[in-house]
Order: sequence, then C-alpha cells, then structure tokens
Amino acid sequence: MTEHYSVLLIIMPFLSGLLISIFGWYDQKKCYAIAILCLFLSIIISISLLLAVMQNGEPVQYRIGGWAPPWGIAYHVDYLNGIVLVVISLTSFLNLAGARKVIEKEFSDRIGAFYTLYILFTTGLLGMVVTGDAFNLYVLLEITSLTGYALIGFGVNRAPLSALNYLLMGTIGASFYLLGVGYLYMGTGSLNMADIAHLLPAIYHSRTVMFAFLLILCGLFVKMALFPLHGWLPNAYSDAPSISSGLIAPLTTKVMVYVMIRMVLTVFTPAFSFSFAALNSTMVWVAVIGILSGSMLALFQTRLKRMITYVIVTEIGYMVGGFWLGTRDGMTGAILHIVNDAMMTLCLFLSITLISYKIKGDRFSDFRGIFRKMPVTMTAFVVAALSIIGVPPTCGFFSKWYLISGGIAAGHYGFIAALLFSSLVNAVLFFRVIEIGYFEPFSDHGANSGHVPEVRMDEAPVSMLMPLMITAAMLIVLGIFSGDIVTRAIQFAIPASII
Amino acid sequence: MKLIGMISIFWLFIVLVYGTSDFSAWGDPESPCNLHVSNYYIEHAMSDTSVPNIVTAILADYRGFDTMFETAVIFSAGIACFFLLRRPKYDAPEAVVFRHIQTGITLRIEKGGRLPKESDEFERIDTQWVPYDLVIQVTSRILVPFIQLFALYVVAHGHHSPGGGFQGGVIFGAAIILFAVSNTLRKTTHRVSEKRSAVLCAIGVLIYAGTGVCCLLAGGNFLDYSALSGLLGVDPVTARSHGIMMVEMGVGLAVTMVMIWIYYNLSSAGKQHEGL
Amino acid sequence: MDDMIAIILSKYNYWTVITLMMIGLYAMIVKNNLIKKIIGMNIFQTSIILFYVSMGMKKDATIPILEHHPGMQEHVYHAADYINPLPHVLMLTAIVVSVATLGVALSLALKVYDQYGTLEEDEINAKIRKASVKS
Repeated sequence: MTEHYSVLLIIMPFLSGLLISIFGWYDQKKCYAIAILCLFLSIIISISLLLAVMQNGEPVQYRIGGWAPPWGIAYHVDYLNGIVLVVISLTSFLNLAGARKVIEKEFSDRIGAFYTLYILFTTGLLGMVVTGDAFNLYVLLEITSLTGYALIGFGVNRAPLSALNYLLMGTIGASFYLLGVGYLYMGTGSLNMADIAHLLPAIYHSRTVMFAFLLILCGLFVKMALFPLHGWLPNAYSDAPSISSGLIAPLTTKVMVYVMIRMVLTVFTPAFSFSFAALNSTMVWVAVIGILSGSMLALFQTRLKRMITYVIVTEIGYMVGGFWLGTRDGMTGAILHIVNDAMMTLCLFLSITLISYKIKGDRFSDFRGIFRKMPVTMTAFVVAALSIIGVPPTCGFFSKWYLISGGIAAGHYGFIAALLFSSLVNAVLFFRVIEIGYFEPFSDHGANSGHVPEVRMDEAPVSMLMPLMITAAMLIVLGIFSGDIVTRAIQFAIPASII
Repeated sequence: MKLIGMISIFWLFIVLVYGTSDFSAWGDPESPCNLHVSNYYIEHAMSDTSVPNIVTAILADYRGFDTMFETAVIFSAGIACFFLLRRPKYDAPEAVVFRHIQTGITLRIEKGGRLPKESDEFERIDTQWVPYDLVIQVTSRILVPFIQLFALYVVAHGHHSPGGGFQGGVIFGAAIILFAVSNTLRKTTHRVSEKRSAVLCAIGVLIYAGTGVCCLLAGGNFLDYSALSGLLGVDPVTARSHGIMMVEMGVGLAVTMVMIWIYYNLSSAGKQHEGL
Repeated sequence: MDDMIAIILSKYNYWTVITLMMIGLYAMIVKNNLIKKIIGMNIFQTSIILFYVSMGMKKDATIPILEHHPGMQEHVYHAADYINPLPHVLMLTAIVVSVATLGVALSLALKVYDQYGTLEEDEINAKIRKASVKS
C-alpha cells in the first residue's frame, strides 16, 4: 500500500467528504467523527510521505491510471511539497479538532454541508500541492476556490458581498493561470510539469514562453493577494465565520506561494526565471512596497481580525520578496516562512475563534481585561504575536533571519529595511492589543472609573483549548528545530544552481 | 473609472496581441501543441482503450483524474449553493395561497391558519400565480420523456460519437428543469426531492471514485481500469472501455442531480416552497 | 501588403479571442451592476475556452473520433487526419468549472440582494457607509 500513499492522501479525504455529505442527510452526528478521522489519517500519510522522501533522497512518483507522464497525470512528491503537505493537513486538523461546538452553534442546520466543504477545501489544497501536472493543478485550484467562496459567503455583515468580490477576483486570477498554461501548451505541447521543463530550454527566447511566465505569475499574484492585487483579502477574511477563516487564511495564500515557487523552480527552471535582472528586482520592490503598505494599513485598523488580515498581506510580501531575491538564503527563508506563517496565522485565528466564542465584538475596546478572563487563550495569542514580530525562541525569528541574510547576500537593502520596519510595526500592533487586554480593566463603560468590576475567569472549554495550545507549542518547537528543518529538508528543495 | 478602465484594457489588449506574434499560424498541423502529446493519443487510443472517440478516451482514461475532480467541482458548486442559500425547513412561508378549482376563487391563508387538503377541489398555487398555459404544459409534457431518452443515448453512446456523461447529464437535468419551469417547483420537488438529488449527486461522484478505488484494490494504480480485467472477465483493453463506461454513468448521475439541486436552490432563493 | 494579410489570416482567431477577453475584463472592472460583472466573468472564461479550442485546430483534419466499423482490423491512424483532442478535453473541464463558478456567483448575488435590496454596487456601498456611521 505504501506506494499508493501519494494518491491516497487525496482520495481518502475526497471519499470522506462525499460520505459526509451523504451522512449529513441522515445522521449529522457522524459527520464530525469522519472528518476528524480522515484529517488525522492524512497527517499520518503526509508525514510518512515526507519521511519516505527523506529516506530515499529522491522524489516519490505515482502514475494515475497507470499511464506514464506526459500522457497521463503523474503525482510527484519531493522535499518542497512534502513539507507543504504536512503543513496543510496539520493546519486543517488542528483548526477543526476543537471546533465541534462552534460549528454546531453557527451552522446548526447545515452541518453536513459545512464539513463537506471543509474537507473538499483541504482535498483541493493537498491535490494542488502534490500534483505534477499543470492543468490538474487548475482543476484543484477551482475546487479550493469554490468551496472557499461558500465558506466565506456564509459569514456575518457583508460576507456575501466580500465573497462575491473574492469570486470575481479569484476567477480572474485562475483564468490568467489557465491562459498561461495554454501558452505553455502552445509552445511545448505538453502539460506535465517535468516534461515542460524538459522541453522549454529549446524555446526560451520565444515570446510565448515569456508571456506564459508573466500570465501565470499575474494569476498567482491575484490569488495570493500580493500588494496591489490584495483588495479582496481583508474583507473576505474578516467577514468570514471564524472557523472558516481559521482554515482559509493560513492556507490559501501560502499554498499559492508554494505554487509560484513550484512554477518558477520546476517548470520554468531558475535558468529562465532568474535570467531577467530587471524582472527580479521589480518583483522584490513590489514585495517591499507590499510589506510597507500592508504594515501601514494594519496600523489604521480598529478591529482585531481585520488588522490580522493586513498582517497576512505583509507576510505575503516577505515570502514573495525573499523568494525573488534569488539567493539561497532568501529562498530558504521563503520556504521556511510558508511553514512558520501557516502555523502563526493558524494560532492567531484559533485564539480569535476562542475569543469570539466568549466575547461579542472584535473591536480593540472589547478586549479590556481579557487576560484575566481567558489567560490560556491569551498566552497562546501572545506567543503567536511574538512569533510574528520575530522574537528569538519562536519560529518567526528564524525565517526572518534567513530572509534578512538572503537580503544581505543579494545586497538588497530596501528589502531588509522593509522587513525591519514591518517587524517594528507588528510589535506596535500587537502590543496595542496586549496592552488593552492586560492593563485596562474589564468594563463596558470606561468612564465608570473607581469601580472596577470583578473579572471572573471564563475560559473556553478544554476541548477547544487543546488544539490552540498544541499550535502555540508548535511555534516554539518549530523555532528550536528550524535548523534541522533547513538542513534536512529545505536545502534539498532548492536547486543546486542557486547559490 | 470608466476612462481608466478603458485605457488599461486597451493597453492590455495591445500587449496580449503582441504576445501572439510567436504563435504558429491557426490550423497549422506542425505547431508544437499539435505534435507532442496529442499524436500519441490519436495513434494509440484505439489500441489502448478500444474507444474510437478520442476525447472520451482521454477524458475518462488518460486524464481521468482531472475528470474525477471536475465532477467534484460541480458537486462542490451544488453543495455551495445549498450551503449559502438554503433556508431551514421550519422557516414556513408567511402566507399560503390556495385556489378552489371549480370556482377559481383564491384563498390566502396566513401563517398558523388551517390548510385545506390538496385534492380535486383545492390546489396550492404560487403567490405570484400565472394561469396555466395549456400549450406550454402539453408541449413540455410531450417533450420531457424524449429529451430524457436522448440524454440516455448521449451517455451510452459517448464511446462512439460526441457525447458522454457530462453532456448526457446536462440534457437529463435540463429535461427535469423544463418540467419544473412549465409546472411548479413543488410538483418537481415532489417527484425528485432535494434530499434525493443531493444524495444521488454524491453517489454519482462516489461511483467514479469508487471505480478508481476498485482498481486500487485489484492491484493496479488508481483509476487503472485494466486492473479490473480479472473482475470483469475481459481482456485489459476491453476492461478500460468498460471502466470508462462506468465512470461516465457516475458522471451522468452526478451532473443530472447537481443541475436539479442548483436549480431548486437558485430559483426559489433557498425557500423551495415556491419558485419559478 | 501580402505579408500583412498573411499575418492577419494566421492570427485573427487569437485576436478575436483577446478582444472577447478584454470585453469580459472591462465589464468586470467597470460595470456597476453585480450581475453585469458576473456576465463579464462568463465572457472572460468563455474566451479562454475559445483560445484553447482554436489552438487544437488542424487544417484538413476531421473531428477526433476515429474512423471505425465492425470488422475493421489493424488500421493505422495518422495523427494529421484528426484535430488535436487534448484541448477539447481540457475545455470540457473548463466549461464545467465556469458553470460551477456561475452557480456559486449567482447564489452569492442572491444573498447580496436579500441583504441590501439592490445589486448596484454604488448603492450597496452607500448603504454600508450609512450603517457604519450609525453604529
């Protein structure tokens, strides 16, 4: 069975999603059990896949339908996507593990449909990462997008409108990607990534390839919300139900960054992608502007969830900038940051889920005295905040370290300055929340001074706290072992031609 | 905004037209996209799968995995529409309108009122009721079974002529939607209930994925229909053809049901007690 | 002059596709009505479908259904006789995707209409602004 692991990783959640949708009409209680079981199994499978790659030192290949690539669709797991697969299944599992009560409260009459969408979303992400076929990636991208629109559209306030805007933007992005794949097919006659990479060098000079490259990148930039194209992200993520944004926010953008890395490194190969100095430095400068403006916009927000969405925009800038520096350290930082940022964002959104379970409203002023009310949740929140700021024992520090040393190696001081600036701004942002939560007394009327009401501890249930604590602990563990992650896995994910 | 939009669109147009300059001419049989992979399909489809319709062979066999997720896409669209729109069952309508058939008098019964039994005397009608049009009703009544029969033909004949699961499924779904348009939504949900359409839709996708799993259990790779040859008692090439038939039927079922399901939810904004 | 005509004849299908694409994109960016935006999205997706299908065209070739009849054996098929089937397969997928996207977009638009009573974007924005001033 082990040789089928890479396809089982996709099929098993897919089948469970279908089963859940049937059970949703007959026995809703089973839905949660099936969902959590299949996500747990997918963690085990993805970890064993990564281990298999590390043991053999070569990619795990799988031919679907028994057809050899480029005629059939092939799965291809190497160091790069092995890591991302583990991150996706882990994030999806942790986000769902404690959320049973929230889901039953929020989606009481459509539990089955919710779990189905949740599982299909995860399936889509896993499939996008594991596939070795450019068109197959598009199909799974659309599964992810459609389920994502639905999950977001069921939220509060103007969620339907935000989701519709996201849908329009997302469709433009996906269509550009499809068009780019069409150009590639036009030039090479193949859809298999490895085969395209093999055929491309003969036509590197062709305008078709250049346009394919630009179209694919544009499409992915829309999908990952890089700065000037980020318009859909803050509304969509902040209006979504907290449990959905806990799934979508950590994963979608990071997986898109992964797809960009895969396209640039595997399909177009560094020999082509990094041969245009002007293009590379433009990308880095776009990322720099994205980092700066994301940080500035985050400063103006008065709602916690909305502020964090702008932090996500900033983090996208880190990864894209670090990757396009074109140095080994920068890429290491970008790939390590995919892992770390998924975990950090997950930790933040999990704590928001818990907070909104107990407190209505997510304005900063609603958080007075919250440390005394929910000490455990807030501890995890602080760990995540420290990690985003980049304080040493946490993992955020190490990826930032690699990014900065990548910037030094490339001599790109604008990028370094932007990184340091946004770390400062992040510190301001999060300490503002922590200050309100820790030092100001819990009261609805600030003017009623002299009378400080007793704050009782009112922590969320243990079943919800457990995943949050695990995530917070992961942030520190990832930080401690980040050296191992880099030397054992990430450094093999980057082609040797990049120094 | 209009001007900026126009200028940027025009600029993009120029850029993209410039990008076509290295394309090979339209219809050129020697262009790279017509040489590499596709020739293999044309030359080997018959000997590999014994399916003369190459599009079907690629769709359900060479790139069958894409197609499985394609049904998953449409399935997730159905479930997304349900998730977004469906109003809960206890959300009863504010008022129900009944018509006394003999006299043509309409009764508007407010929430909580006692409803008459549907019989020869009373029938429930939509709030915005359009009188029956005999021509439309009779025509669609005659057409529906033929459309359905044609849909089955399209599914079954996908191996040899243009057609297949998607096309047949859409036609079948369209027949039922035609019935819903020419009659009332309630009459249609009475025949194909929402629950049934949702469950059958999932089962359709399950047939596809299940065929793949059967191949896996029979010792082949996922969706490698030739592994089923022992199970079906035929040679591997015919087994591929049969495997394609199986998944096409699953696709047809899923697409039919999802069409109906989406129609139910969209036409009534999720209320489903009255609609178009 | 003849060169010009030769270029136009060999590329005009792609230019038509790009024109359609731009019409769709323009509607998506500029139009105020959400349904018109959705229609623009559909035009945009359809233009890409046309792009793929016209890519697989071959002169003097027929549809990709192999010639066959009972009793016909060991026939060798020539790739030049049949048009490229792969883009058709891919576009079947893309059509399904665009239908699915359209369904979800329409249901979101229905929800938006339920909430604001209008589908004009500026009116919706005015309502949102009003609501945020009140709270």
